[in-house]
Amino acid sequence: MTDLEKIASGAVRQALDGGASDAECTISEGEEFSAGVRMREIETLKEAGSRAAGIRVLSGKRTGSSYTSDLSPEGISQMVRAALELLTITSEDPEAGLPDPKDLGQVSTDLRLYDDAIARMEPDWKIAQAKCAEDAALNTDPRIENSEGASFDSYLGNRVFANSRGFTGSYRTSSCSLAVSPVAKQNGSMERDYWYSSARAASGLETPEYVGRQAAERAVRRLNPRKVATQKAPIVFEPRTARSLLDDLFGAVSGSAIYRHASFLVDKLGERIASENLTIVDDATIPGLFGSSPFDDEGVQTRRTVVIERGVLRSYLLNTYSARKLGLKTTGNASRGITGNAGVGPGNLFIEAGSTPPEKIIAGIRNGLFVTTLIGATANTVTGDFSSGAAGLWIENGELAYPVSEITIAGNLMQMLMDLEQIGSDLEFRGSIASPTLLIREMTVSGH
Amino acid sequence: MGLSQSFFAERFGITEHDLERYLSEALSAGGEYADLYFEYLSTSSISMDEGIVKSATEGVTLGVGVRVIVGERTGYAYSDDLSPEKILKAAKVAACIARGPASVVKSGFEEAQGHNLYPMLRAPHEAGLLERVDLVKRADKSARDYDSRVFQVQASYADSLRHVLVATSEGRLSFDRQPMARMGINVLARESGGPPQTGHSGGGGRVTLDFFLNEKTPEHFAREAARQAIVQLGAVEAPAGEMTVVLGPGWPGILLHEAVGHGLEADFNRKGTSAFSGRVGQQVASPLCTVIDDGAIGSRRGSLNVDDEGVPTQQNILIENGILRGYLQDKLSSRLMRSQSTGSGRRESYQHIPMPRMTNTYMLAGESDPEEIVRSVPKGLYCTTFGGGQVDITSGNFVFAASESYLIENGRITRPVRGATLIGNGPEALKYVSMVGSDLLLDEGIGVCGKEGQHVPVGVGVPTVKLDKITVGGTAA
Repeated sequence: MTDLEKIASGAVRQALDGGASDAECTISEGEEFSAGVRMREIETLKEAGSRAAGIRVLSGKRTGSSYTSDLSPEGISQMVRAALELLTITSEDPEAGLPDPKDLGQVSTDLRLYDDAIARMEPDWKIAQAKCAEDAALNTDPRIENSEGASFDSYLGNRVFANSRGFTGSYRTSSCSLAVSPVAKQNGSMERDYWYSSARAASGLETPEYVGRQAAERAVRRLNPRKVATQKAPIVFEPRTARSLLDDLFGAVSGSAIYRHASFLVDKLGERIASENLTIVDDATIPGLFGSSPFDDEGVQTRRTVVIERGVLRSYLLNTYSARKLGLKTTGNASRGITGNAGVGPGNLFIEAGSTPPEKIIAGIRNGLFVTTLIGATANTVTGDFSSGAAGLWIENGELAYPVSEITIAGNLMQMLMDLEQIGSDLEFRGSIASPTLLIREMTVSGH
Repeated sequence: MGLSQSFFAERFGITEHDLERYLSEALSAGGEYADLYFEYLSTSSISMDEGIVKSATEGVTLGVGVRVIVGERTGYAYSDDLSPEKILKAAKVAACIARGPASVVKSGFEEAQGHNLYPMLRAPHEAGLLERVDLVKRADKSARDYDSRVFQVQASYADSLRHVLVATSEGRLSFDRQPMARMGINVLARESGGPPQTGHSGGGGRVTLDFFLNEKTPEHFAREAARQAIVQLGAVEAPAGEMTVVLGPGWPGILLHEAVGHGLEADFNRKGTSAFSGRVGQQVASPLCTVIDDGAIGSRRGSLNVDDEGVPTQQNILIENGILRGYLQDKLSSRLMRSQSTGSGRRESYQHIPMPRMTNTYMLAGESDPEEIVRSVPKGLYCTTFGGGQVDITSGNFVFAASESYLIENGRITRPVRGATLIGNGPEALKYVSMVGSDLLLDEGIGVCGKEGQHVPVGVGVPTVKLDKITVGGTAA
C-alpha cells in the first residue's frame, strides 16, 4: 500500500471504530504547472501542489460527509469526527449504501493515464512551447495584431479510494495542454478565437506551429461578421460545438435526472429516440483518454456502455444509488469531488463516427449555418428546450460564404435527435466528451 | 486589530517577522512587488431531496498563495501547509519570475482600514446542526404546499466562513473574516400526465443562518421556485428575432454584468483586447444609463471589506449618463496603466492569481413608472428571471438566458413563454435603452461569476428597463 492508501484505509477504520457501519474515503493529490506568454513575453508562471481528503460515513441508511486539506493525523481524525457528527441530522434513505461487493473492482489492463515524460519536462521547454505557438499565430496573418496569449499547462495527479467493503485502489494521471488565443483586427472589426491541444501523454500534443496556425486562421475568418435574418435553417455543428450538445444530452441520460423525473428521456429505454444513424457510447476503459479510469468514484470497475444504438435508447448512465432507485445495475459512472454522495459522470462519452467527411456534409447544403462557437448555451434537460448564442460561417450553395455572429440558434433536443441527418467521419478526442461533425435538418436561427 | 490578535497569529503563530521573511524570499530574485494571501475556509452544507435529508457535508481548506510581480510578469506558487519551510519554498518558486539582485522589503507593517460590511451576531459554527435541518425542511414543505402540481423539491442550505490575511511587500497588512450563506431550491411541477417544468430560486449574501430566520425566510424562496415552475406549465414557444424587451427589476441586471461589466475589467483593456478598449469618455449607452460597481454595500453577496489584494472596496462609476468613465482595476493592471486599484482585485482561493473582477454591478434608478414602461410596448417580451450569461470580450457579443418571460401585447403582459437566450453587442446594446424605471432592485444573492476558470460570488441589480431592440433566441420564427 502507498502512504496515501494507508491514510485512506486508516480513515475508514477510524470511522468504523467511531460507530459507522460503513465508510469510504477519497484522497486526491496534484501538482500543477502553468506558463503563460503574451506578445512573445512571459506573463505568468505558476507552480504548486496540493492535497485533500474526503470521507463519507454511513450508519445504516444515514450518511454524513466531510473533507479537509490537512492530511496530518489530527486533520484526518477531525475530518472523521465531523462526518460522524453529521449522521445525527440526515434522514434514513432506503437506497443509501456502498456498492454491492461484487461490483467493486478495477480494470486490470494498463489504461496509460500517466506519462512520466510529463514529470520530466523542463519549465523552460514548456515556456518555449507556449512562445512558439503564439509566435506561429502572430506570424500566420498580418491581421493578427494582438493576442490574449498562449499557455502551456501540465498536471500530475494521484487519486486514492478506500472503502469498508475491502476496496483499496489508486491511480496516477498526467496531462498537458497547449492553448493560444489570438486577436484579429480589420476595419474596426475585432475578433478572437482559440485553439488548444491536450493529452495525457507528452507525445499526444499537436505541434505548437499547428495549434498557433489553427487559432489564427479561426480568428481571421471571423472578421467583419454579418447578422443574418431570422429563419429556419439546417445547422452543421463542427466537433468543437457538437460536443457541447452531447454534454447536454449526458444530463438527460444521467441516472440522477432519471429517478427524479428531471429528464425528457424518463421511461424511454428500448424506444427509438433518435435518428437511426446515431450511436452513442460511454467507455472509461479506452487507454490514454481523459475520461478513462480503472474504477469509478465509488470503487466500481469501469466499463463500456452503449447508451444509444442506432437511434434506440439502450441504457442510462448510473451510479449505485441511481441504479437502486431505478431497479437497474450500476454502469460504473459514479463521480464526485472528494466527498459527499456520489453523482453521475461520463467516462469517455462519444458519438460513433459516420462515414461522411465534413466537407461533404457542408457541400450538400444550399443555405444553412456552420456553427463554430456556442456562447451561453442553455439546455433544459427536463423539457429538452435548447437555446444558445452562436457564431460561425454561413453556408451558401455548399460553400462557406461569410462569417456570422450575434445570432442565436434554438430547438428542442428531442426533435434535434430525430433530425440528425448526417454524422461526420471526423471523431477525435480532445476531452472526455467527443463528437464528430453533426448536421441537424432544421433549427431556428434568430438574427435581425 | 493588529496581527497578534488575528486568526492566523492565534491559530498558526504567524508573526510580522515571519511575514517579512517570506516576502524577502519572494523578492530575492529582484521582483518589484510581492504579496501573501493566507486563507482558512470552513464550509457546511445540507440538502434535502424527495422529502428527506439526503446529505450533509462539512469541510476545511487552508493555504497560502505567494505572488511576485516584475513589470508585466507574475510568478505564483502556493502551499496547503503553513509551516515556514513550505511557505519559504513557495516564495522561492514564485520569486523565479524575476532575474536580478534581491529587492528590499519595507520593514514593519501598516494595517489597511477596511469596511465593516458584514458584522456577525453568531458565527456559522455556533448555529446548531438542527437549525440547518429546519431551514431545508421548511423550504421543502412550503414548495410542496404551494401547489398540488409540485412533485419534486430539492432544497439546500450552505454557509461558509473565510478568514484571510494579506501582507504586501509595500508594508500593508489586512485581515478579513468573510461569512457567506445561501439557500437554493429546485422544483419540478406537472399537470397529471403532462411533461414536467422546472423552477429555481435562492438567495443569501455575506450573512449567517439568522438571515433566513429574520429577513428572507425559506418559505420566501420556496414559494418563488414553485411559482416559476407552475408558470412554465402554461408557457408557449418563445419568439425569435429582434424585438423590444422589457427587463424586470433585480436579477435581470445580469445584462449589465455581461454587456459592459466584463468588458470594463482593466486587464482586457490594458491589453487592448476588449471591445471597450480606449473608449473612456465615449458614449457607450443611452444617457439614461448610469452603471455602478460597488463592493462596499452591506451584507451583499459581492461585497468585501477589503478585496483579495488587501485594498478596501469602493463604489466605482463605470458608465455615467451613457458615457464610459472608467475600468475596474486590480494592482497589476493599475501599476501598468499608471492608475489606482479600484478595490477590484479578486481571486477564487489561495490557489489562484488575483485579477480585476466585478463585485455588485447595478444601474441607478430612473424616473419612469414601471407599469408605464410595459404599457408603452405594443409588441415585445417582458423578462423577469434569468439563468446564466456569457460574453465574448473581444467582439463584445454577450448572451443572457431568460428563464421566465411573458409576451407583451398592446401594452399588456399576456402569455408566459419558454426559456430563450438573448444576444446583443456590449458597446451597442445599452444605446437602445429608452426607459429606466424608478424601481431599482438588487438580486437575491445567488450570482457566481466565472473568468479564466476562477469563480467568485457577485451581485447584480437593475430597475425595470426598456430595450428598444435586442435579439431574442426563441423557436417561434
